[in-house]
Formats: sequence, structure tokens, C-alpha cells
Amino acid sequence: MTGHDFHVIGKPHQRIDGCAKVTGAAHYPSDEYVPNPAWAFLVTSAIAKGRIKAMELDEALALPGVLDVLTHQNVGSEASPPEQQAGGATTTTMQDDRIWHDGQIIGVVIAETYEIARDAAFRVRVHYEKEEPSATFDCAGVEEEVREPGEHEDYEVGDALSAFTRADAALDLWYETPTQHHNPIELFTTTCAWSDGQLTIWEPSQFVYGLRGNVAKQLGISPDQVRVVSKFVGGAFGSKGSATARTAWIAIASRRVRRPVKLVPTRDQGYTIATYRAETRHHIRLAAQADGRLAALIHEGFEVTSRPSNYNVSGTETTARMYACPNILTRVSIVHADRNTPGFMRAPPDTPYMFALECAMDELALHLGLDPIELRRRNDTQKDPVTGRSFSSRSLMTCFDEGRQRFGWDARDPRPASMTDGDWLVGLGCAGAAYPANIAASAARVTLRPDGQARIQIAAHDIGTGAYTVAAVVAAEKLGLRPGDVHVEIGDTVFPPASLAAGSSHTATISHAIAKACDTICHQIAVAATTSNTGPLAGRDPKRLRLEDGHLVGEDGAGEPLSDAVSRLTTGALEAYAENIPGALPEDAMKTLYQGKPPMYRGQKRKDVTSYAFGAQFVEVRVHRLTCEIRVPRMLGAFAAGTIINPLTAHSQYMGGMIWGLGAALEEKTEIDVRNARYVNDNLSEYHIPVNADVRKVEVLMLPERDDEVNPLGIKGLGEIGIVGVNAAIANAVHHATGRRLRKLPIRIEDLL
Amino acid sequence: MRSFSLDRAVSPADAMTRATHGNSSYIAGGTNLLDLMKLDVMRPERLVSINGLTEEHRQISIGPDELRLGALVRMSEAADHPAVRRDYPVLAESLWMAASPQLRNMASLGGNLLQRTRCAYFRDRTYARCNKRNPGAGCEARAGANRRLAVLGVSDHCIANYPGDFAIALVALGAEVETRQSNGGSRRIPLSDLHRLPGDTPHVETVLDQAELITSIHVPAGPWTRRSRYVKVRDRASYDFALASAAVALELTGNGKVATARIGLGGLATKPWRAKEAEDVVAGRRIDDSLAREAAEAALAAAVTHGDNAFKVELGKRTLTRALIETAAMEIQP
Repeated sequence: MTGHDFHVIGKPHQRIDGCAKVTGAAHYPSDEYVPNPAWAFLVTSAIAKGRIKAMELDEALALPGVLDVLTHQNVGSEASPPEQQAGGATTTTMQDDRIWHDGQIIGVVIAETYEIARDAAFRVRVHYEKEEPSATFDCAGVEEEVREPGEHEDYEVGDALSAFTRADAALDLWYETPTQHHNPIELFTTTCAWSDGQLTIWEPSQFVYGLRGNVAKQLGISPDQVRVVSKFVGGAFGSKGSATARTAWIAIASRRVRRPVKLVPTRDQGYTIATYRAETRHHIRLAAQADGRLAALIHEGFEVTSRPSNYNVSGTETTARMYACPNILTRVSIVHADRNTPGFMRAPPDTPYMFALECAMDELALHLGLDPIELRRRNDTQKDPVTGRSFSSRSLMTCFDEGRQRFGWDARDPRPASMTDGDWLVGLGCAGAAYPANIAASAARVTLRPDGQARIQIAAHDIGTGAYTVAAVVAAEKLGLRPGDVHVEIGDTVFPPASLAAGSSHTATISHAIAKACDTICHQIAVAATTSNTGPLAGRDPKRLRLEDGHLVGEDGAGEPLSDAVSRLTTGALEAYAENIPGALPEDAMKTLYQGKPPMYRGQKRKDVTSYAFGAQFVEVRVHRLTCEIRVPRMLGAFAAGTIINPLTAHSQYMGGMIWGLGAALEEKTEIDVRNARYVNDNLSEYHIPVNADVRKVEVLMLPERDDEVNPLGIKGLGEIGIVGVNAAIANAVHHATGRRLRKLPIRIEDLL
Repeated sequence: MRSFSLDRAVSPADAMTRATHGNSSYIAGGTNLLDLMKLDVMRPERLVSINGLTEEHRQISIGPDELRLGALVRMSEAADHPAVRRDYPVLAESLWMAASPQLRNMASLGGNLLQRTRCAYFRDRTYARCNKRNPGAGCEARAGANRRLAVLGVSDHCIANYPGDFAIALVALGAEVETRQSNGGSRRIPLSDLHRLPGDTPHVETVLDQAELITSIHVPAGPWTRRSRYVKVRDRASYDFALASAAVALELTGNGKVATARIGLGGLATKPWRAKEAEDVVAGRRIDDSLAREAAEAALAAAVTHGDNAFKVELGKRTLTRALIETAAMEIQP
């Protein structure tokens, strides 16, 4: 058997749930069968600020098949607002007559069918006491405040303000990113049913324990009375991370009509009943010596949020760490407007903030007459410029160098507007990418039978990322099986908790808990085999045995089949439960997790090292000389993110992130009617994301990287980083093609005419 | 969406009898109507399906004098038809650049012509101020988010743009629709007359009478149809409405001068727009960059903008400029 490589981690594996998904066998939460359901349709506000004077329900209630209409008048006291994962308080919904934002839930119609409920909802007449809303930046009535340190920090290293004035080269620049919505194809569905005082919720979620704890608190019941099921999630991207108001109302509706109730909100309702990426502004002052070494970085961010929420993403925590710089100053302000509360959206801090920094670096390179990659090389560092601690690993320049070669960067004529192909102007741009390596607490249960079949149970979340397969691969590696021999059960609060599937943390989080449970089983088997009086492994050191290819083996290859090894302990199944509390998280992290709070150990907040994944993005754009359409014939991303559990799904993740970056740079924008503070293009026809014709050649380089400090398995996570830097790379490429520096996203035809 | 009844017509006469009922609507592919019903913007009480009409309504025939397209021909069928692609490329291009394959497989050509505006304020029933939905209520779009809305043919009452592509190519080629009327007669309506300018009655969008049914589309043949092209400029490369588009058909003389020019503009106007002024500019002259631009200036001379959509004037000019240059440069197979 020696010479064979039985490792499964790091080899490409097709999704173990792929067949179920493409054949329709996978049950998404709204697909779950519930007996005799009633259907809900939301009534949402048509104004952004004010009060409800009256709601006329007669016509709706008169429609045959209508069972109930919930409003603030009949259920307002029965649920408190949900707690958000970040930012503190959020807007209320039916708690009272107040309207905080456009599209706020103000009523729920319950009927025998979806069609009747929808028809009835259109017949509810609402009379408002309307106030003048404030939509966004620059609108009268918005309230701006400096964000206090807490969830996020500001940095002051050296004396950036005075260094800025003394440097050889100094740039003072403003950038802006628009409102964006996740638009997961699966809508924000909720199904609730009660049985003997027990509530079951089927809802797509990135954190089932979080939703359980939240709804219990909202309804004033024990979390033990609530079960959340979310076996498959049809896209989330952050939008299904925090509990939203709808869930408790559907639970209450179900209690009132004494039947299961199903809610499938419409696409446009998704824009206002869940979260979004708020618009941001950036004031960057960047100064350098003549040789390109940075002298000062001052990055001030401005972010919109709702009236009551302090939600902000503060990506300055990353931009301050990108490059060696002796003088750093960061600050973030939040602007309260009459809007729904924003929330996580893919690479929440880094997507907008790195757009600003990586464009500014490109501008600085041009200003100094340096190649943009060379400017980054001169400012590369292995020490965190904020704390002085070492990076656990940092392969930024390797990514740039490998990417540069593969992409053919050196064929680029550095002069802007110098390259053409027929009627098309050609531009090449690049940008750096970074995302902190995060990991959270988690528990897992693993079962192993003598026939070599294993089962994992963990309340993890596969939001399309491949978590099912990752779980199977890790268990297979540890138990010496093939991934197909591992049955994975996730997405249900009857299983041990895993934390929020967000922030590139989930693979590291669940892999360590699963590995620990597998190690426990392996240890039990090994102890039994070595303390047995008979058998080929009797008398050996159990620590030197491992499970491999269906056998328990020693280092010399001697061993016995798994069936023998397991049967020695049981003819049934071995089961192990394990908890993993990473790094310096508090000892009560597991208790907190069971209660529904995600204890996260963040790569930029560690006290031993700073841990980030890094990457480099390269883009070619073409701009038509007359009509100025911007097309992207090729993109290349090079990334180093520690251990890759499954390169097949990792590749998809990177590619998806890069494509999203293309869309965010050139297409995506939630248009706001600023007079009414209402979203205008709240549908997939007018909210543009890339179609196949927009996406030509997308190449992903996954560079090997070993990091023994980030966590035992060396996993940095990669869900977020694929999008980071693409916005800047495209803006930089557009500048190279046209000579036009566009600092506001998305970059569209009218910006180039 | 409100409850409605669904009738299936077996003949045009049968369809018209059923559709004379006050609040009724024909349905073929339903790709636009059902959308608007789900949004509660359109509330027909009776739908009359015309999908069961006889074979002649789904036929494409090409003759020496004209191309005839049955009103029930699906967009994809016309777009893929070899003779349409060879002899009327502007029509085929305008069809395959529209919508998505799924929609093109469903949508009928007759219904495509009558598709309604994408103005967000029209499509959102919670805005009271829309003169199309609530005649006399006012227009939210004029001072609102109007980036995609019209700059030609607008009125104080409405700036909603006509969103289609196919009609732009048809209006350029001087096509007509044939209809059946409820009195049993039939008539031919030039495409350029089918849609009305919004004026002070933007809720009346066409000249069709109640229950009048489009049965076929007739495109006159001519030496210009082969040298024809549809240039569509949009935010993404596919599955998007035009910010600006131009349908151009040219007949060139042996020395490269324009004998005949047929020009339509899309994305820019409240109805399918024939740019006669531009046709006059290029007539008898050889097309180059500056002449194309001169024609485009003439085509957009009457444009009126409302803030967000101001860029569409320059974009419209450039789109037509590009379309004229590219059409003149086409290599035509003999």
C-alpha cells in the first residue's frame, strides 16, 4: 500500500449534493412538505417615512379564502424586532404605526392560496401621515456621526497628517460605491408550523442557531421550543445571515390560523425586507517618497445606514494593513437615512474599501511613473503596519508575480489610451486583494459504522459554496474513507451548532470541529486495537496509528480492516461529539453559540499574528470608441489562501467572486428615487448582474500556501476574497484604455461619452 | 394578480366576439401581460387566448414583393429563419438581441409590437402619479429616476420609452401590420402609425380599436433590406433593453453613394421612431464618419431631456453614427 496517496484534502471532488440539486431532490426550505398550509403575502409601505393613519381591510377580508390579516393593531405587541448580527438596533415593522423606510412590512395577509393572498394584499388600502424622507448622502435631514470604536476600530500610527504634507508625492482623492442588493435567486421564504408548543421554521439561513435564538427572544419563548431547518440555501451572499422581521410574524400568523403558514415574498419585497450593501464614500489621502515608498495613508470612510442602526463595515481595518506605511490614520463616519438597515454582502468591508485604496495605488503609480505592480512590491511587508505583528503568511507579491506572467502583463504599454484593436480601446488593469482569515466556534457529531460508512451531523450551512462536500472530504481524510462513504447532515438545529456561514470562515470553522470528532473516533479505535490481546496492532502505541483506505494502520503498513477495528468496540456504530473553540476565544464561546451568537476569531484582531488571505486581480477591458460599451474579454485572479480542502468548489467560489466583481464594477446599482427614498429598479430585469455574454475568459490561479499559524489545518478561507480588488482592477483598466479616471461605481456608458 | 377567466379562441372572428367584453385582453405568449398582471398594473377580467388560431397565423413567407410574418410567429422562429437572416438581417438581429432565449421562444411577434413601457413608475402600482395608469394623475418620472426613459416624442404628461427592438427595425423598413376589426373588416396600418405619441393621453398607446387583432406583419421588399443592420447599445452584453439602438437599411449606388436610406431609432423615443431627417441627410451622399454624425445630429435635434436621461442624446447620436458606418461597410453576398 505504500507509495499510494490516500489524501483526499486538496484533491478535486464533485459536490456530493450535486445530483440531488440538479434533479430536484434537494429540498430547499420552501419545498418542504407541510400539511394543509395557509399562504402569506406581505403588505409593505409605499412611503419611506411617516405613520400609518389607517388601514382599510374590508375589501381584502371580504375576498373568499382570506383567513386573516395581521397589522400593528392586532399583533403589534406579540413580537419584538430581531437583533442584528452587527450594528445594534434596527427598524421596527408591525410593532407600531411607524414607517422607517420604503417597503417596510406593515401587514401580512393569510389565505387559502398564494393567489388569493396576493389578490387580497393588493386590496388593502393604507392611509399614511407622510413625512419628508431623507434618502442618502447629501439629502437634507440625514444625520452624520463619527463611528465610535467597538465592533470596529480606527487606527492612528505615526503622524499621517503632517507626513502627508511633507511627502514628495501626495494625492487627495474621493471614491464612491453605490447601493447594491444580493438578489439570491432563492427568495426570502419562511414556513412556520406549531406542534404542542414547539415551533418549526423552514427558512434559508446562514446561521440556523442564530435564527433560532433570535425568534425565541422575539416571541418570548425558550430557544428549546424552536427548531430551524435550512438544508439547502439557494444563494445568500450575506443576505440570510441576520434574522429579519418576517420570521416572527409568520410564526405568529401560524399560531393564529392554527395551520402551517408559508411565505414566499416577491423579488421586489426582498429589496426592503432583508439587508443590502449600503452606498459608501471614501476620502483617501496617499503620500509617497519619490521612490514609491508610502509616507502616509489617510483613509476616511462614509457609510449609509438606517435611522436606528449603527451598522458599518469599516474596511479601513484591511486597507490600513495592505502596505508598509509609517503613518496611518483611519476614520469612519455613518450617515443615518430613512432606509432599511444594511447588512453583510460578499466581502462586506473589503469590496468597497479596497476599491478606493487599490484605485488610489494605481493613481499613485501613474503619478510616480512606476508600474503598478512595482509600486506594490516597494510597499510589500511581512509585518502588520498597524500592530507590528507578523502576518501568519502573506503571499501578495507571489500572487502579483505569478498573475503578471500568466496574464501577459508585460505586453501592456503603460501609457493610457495607447492600445487599440479596431474600433475598441484596450486597457489592462490590476489590483491587490485581501481578506482576513476568520474562524468561529463549532461543534460536530460523527458516527462511524463497521461497514465503513460514516455520518456527520452539524448545523452547518451550504449556501451554494460546497460545504456539504467539504464536510465529507474532511471526515473522509480523517477516517480513511472516500468522500462518497460519508453521509452529511447539516442545516438543522437538532444537530450540534456551527457558527454563521460568513466572512470566509465556514470551511475553517466546520472542518476543525469535524476533524476533532473524527480524531476522537480514531483514537478510540486505536486504543481498542492496541490494548487488545489479539490482532495485528496489539501492544502498539495508539498515537502512531491512523485510519487510511478503510484500514487502521501503523507506520510500517501493518494493520487491519476498519470493520475489524470498529467491531472490536461495537457491532453498531461509534459516535463522537466534539467542540472546537479556536484560538483565544473565551471559554464560554460554545454556550454563546448554542444561544445563537457567533463567536468569531478574526484574522485582523488576533494578538499573536495577523492572518489574511491575499490575491491579485488582472483584467482586460475594451471600450468602443463611439458608443463606449465596456466589455471584459478576460480576467485573471491569483490567490493564496492556505489549505484548500476542495479545489473544485474553491475554483467555483473564486470565479463567482470575480464575476460578481465584474458586475459590481460595471453594472450593479440599486437606483434610488431620492425624492421618495424608494428603490426604483427592484427586479432582475433592471438591476443588472452579468449574463453569460458579459463573462468571457475567467482564469483562476490557486497558489500553494502553507500556514501553520493560522489554525491547525492551515485553512484561511476563500469565499469572500474572489470579489475583492476586481472593482479597482476594472476601473484601473478603464483608465488605461481611455485615460479617463472614474472614481464612482458602477462605471457606465454615460461616464465615458 | 386578480382573478380572471381564460377563453380559447378558435378563429379571429371568435376571438373578437369574446374580446368585445369591456375589460378583456388577448393573450399569446403572455411574456409581458402576465408580468403586468402579477404586478397588479393590468387587471383584465377576461383573457382570450389566440394561440389556437389557424396555421396561417404562425407562418413566415417570403415573396418577391414582401415578407409576411404571421402574428403568432414566435420571436425565435423569425430570428432563426434562414431567408429572414439573409434578406432582412436587421429584422433577425433586432429579434435575437432582444430578451432571452426563453422569452423569445414564448413571445409572439404581434405581442412583441404591443409590449408596454418599462418605466418603473408605470410598473409600480404604489405610485399614484402615472398618467398611463391613472389618466390625469401626473407623471412621477419627469423629475424622478428616468435614466432609461425617452428623449424623443415626449410630452408634459409622459416620457415613458417604447422598449422594443423588433418594431424599430420594422418602422425603418416601412412595414405594415394587417388587422381584423370587430366589424368583420380588415385593414393595414403602417408601423409608424400603429403607436401614438403620448401627448395628453399617454394611456392610449396605439390606434387599435377595442378587440382589433393584429393578424400579420408585412415588410416590403427592396434593394436596401440586405444591407441592413441593428446596433443595440445597452448596459450589459445581452438580456437587456436598449439604452439606444439604431436600425439602418441602405441601398448604395455603384459609386458608394446612398440611393435609399431607412433609419429607425430605439430606446430613445416614446414610440418606434423613424428618423426621416437623418435619411434625408445621407440621401445621395457617401457615408463617412462626419456625414454619419451629421445625420445623427439631425435625428436627435428635437430631443428633450429630464436629468438622468440627458446622456441619451449624445449616446443616440453615436449609436446612429456607428450603425450608419457599419451598415455602409457591410459586405453583401450577391
